[in-house]
Amino acid sequence: MKMHVIKLLLLLPMLLAANMSVAGGKLLATPGVAQVEGSGGGGLVPWAQLAGYATEDEIALSTFCSQANVKDFQLNSCGGQVNFYDRLELSFAKQTFNVEPLSLTLSQNIMGAKVRIYGDLVYSSWPQLSAGIQHKSLASKEVPYSLGAARASGTDAYLAASKLHLGLLAGYNVLWNLTTRYSDANEMGLLGFGGPNSTPSLHTEGSVAILLNKHLAVGSEYRQKPDNLGLNESDWQDVFIAWFPNKYINITAAYLDLGAIAKVPDQTGWYLSISGSYSL
Amino acid sequence: MKYCLIFSLTLLISGCGLLPSGTSFKQAATAQTTTLQTTTTQKNSHQLYHSIGGDEGIERITDAFIKQIARDPDILPYFAKSSVSHFKQGFISHLCATVKGPCEYKGDSMIDIHTGMNINEKDFNRTVELLIAAMEEVGVSYRDQNKILKALAPLRSEIIHY
Repeated sequence: MKMHVIKLLLLLPMLLAANMSVAGGKLLATPGVAQVEGSGGGGLVPWAQLAGYATEDEIALSTFCSQANVKDFQLNSCGGQVNFYDRLELSFAKQTFNVEPLSLTLSQNIMGAKVRIYGDLVYSSWPQLSAGIQHKSLASKEVPYSLGAARASGTDAYLAASKLHLGLLAGYNVLWNLTTRYSDANEMGLLGFGGPNSTPSLHTEGSVAILLNKHLAVGSEYRQKPDNLGLNESDWQDVFIAWFPNKYINITAAYLDLGAIAKVPDQTGWYLSISGSYSL
Repeated sequence: MKYCLIFSLTLLISGCGLLPSGTSFKQAATAQTTTLQTTTTQKNSHQLYHSIGGDEGIERITDAFIKQIARDPDILPYFAKSSVSHFKQGFISHLCATVKGPCEYKGDSMIDIHTGMNINEKDFNRTVELLIAAMEEVGVSYRDQNKILKALAPLRSEIIHY
């Protein structure tokens, strides 16, 4: 009896492994990582790829937790995504933002939806194209209002194009993504939406990455931001390294340069994100 | 043309010598193959062809790929009615032509081969992964792997959903 149990226990991981090798049709690393607002993407920028490894007749469930530590602020963001048939991504993220000089914590929830309109990151001749929205609602409203924000919730809309070029650079695969976002979010929404005399506007966000091998990508991102509150809100940038040991886990680390936040300058620091994914 | 003839001949020999013509994909999983010694000389060939080891390298990749397929419960059924030697011969000359080696692919078109198989994205991608695993197994560098995939990638639209 005992022997049977042991045999069964030994067999179980093998069965799981055999079963798991089937699910998640996309190639390793190609879906990218979790974006800080919950969408599939790079760390800062939502990409045209949908989160997880699902292809046309699969569903992928993903979850993540990320932390950004810059000089005077800390951001935690945790959430998840469901990818339906590589066509529709629904996402959720809960962000908590610690303003260390004031011992203050702000938080917001973000619901996202993204639809793949055209193409395949790797195989179509034109870039993969997706459109998405991120609806954000702040739990802590007093601070944004006191700074002059018009609203405590808002919705960003974006269009993203991305392409992976096989062997482009001396045989290495190169990925780029370009996103244009219609938004009036202040510091991503953490300081509310709009301002005394502002209307939503278009902002450009871009990412580029090179795959050093099939498990490791390095790259950089840039994200333009509005300055509705007159607080010298800065554009954001990072350099990142992302590790994909398999299709179930990703770990991403980045060096961040977030410029000035609420007039506090030189907000540089580190970002760490871990995400898990499973396809059915 | 001359090269092609010589190459086809060596393929024919290889097809008979390495894996008996009646071998199924399932049997190929455990079959021991020996490396074919080719004496064909190539001139003016593409760098990628040489970089992956010429005819011998292509044959090693193909043999490893066949074994990967034979071990994969999801992909193997697509090859249930295929003969290993026929597939091997076709894949070798196709890959050789793809990497601009001294050969010409004269087999059936990708659409003809895959019609009726109804291959979905998942199984297509899985097969790409098996090819990557095969290339890793025989020591093809990551950069050469990407170059080969780049050359093969446009064929996807002629393979899936037929």
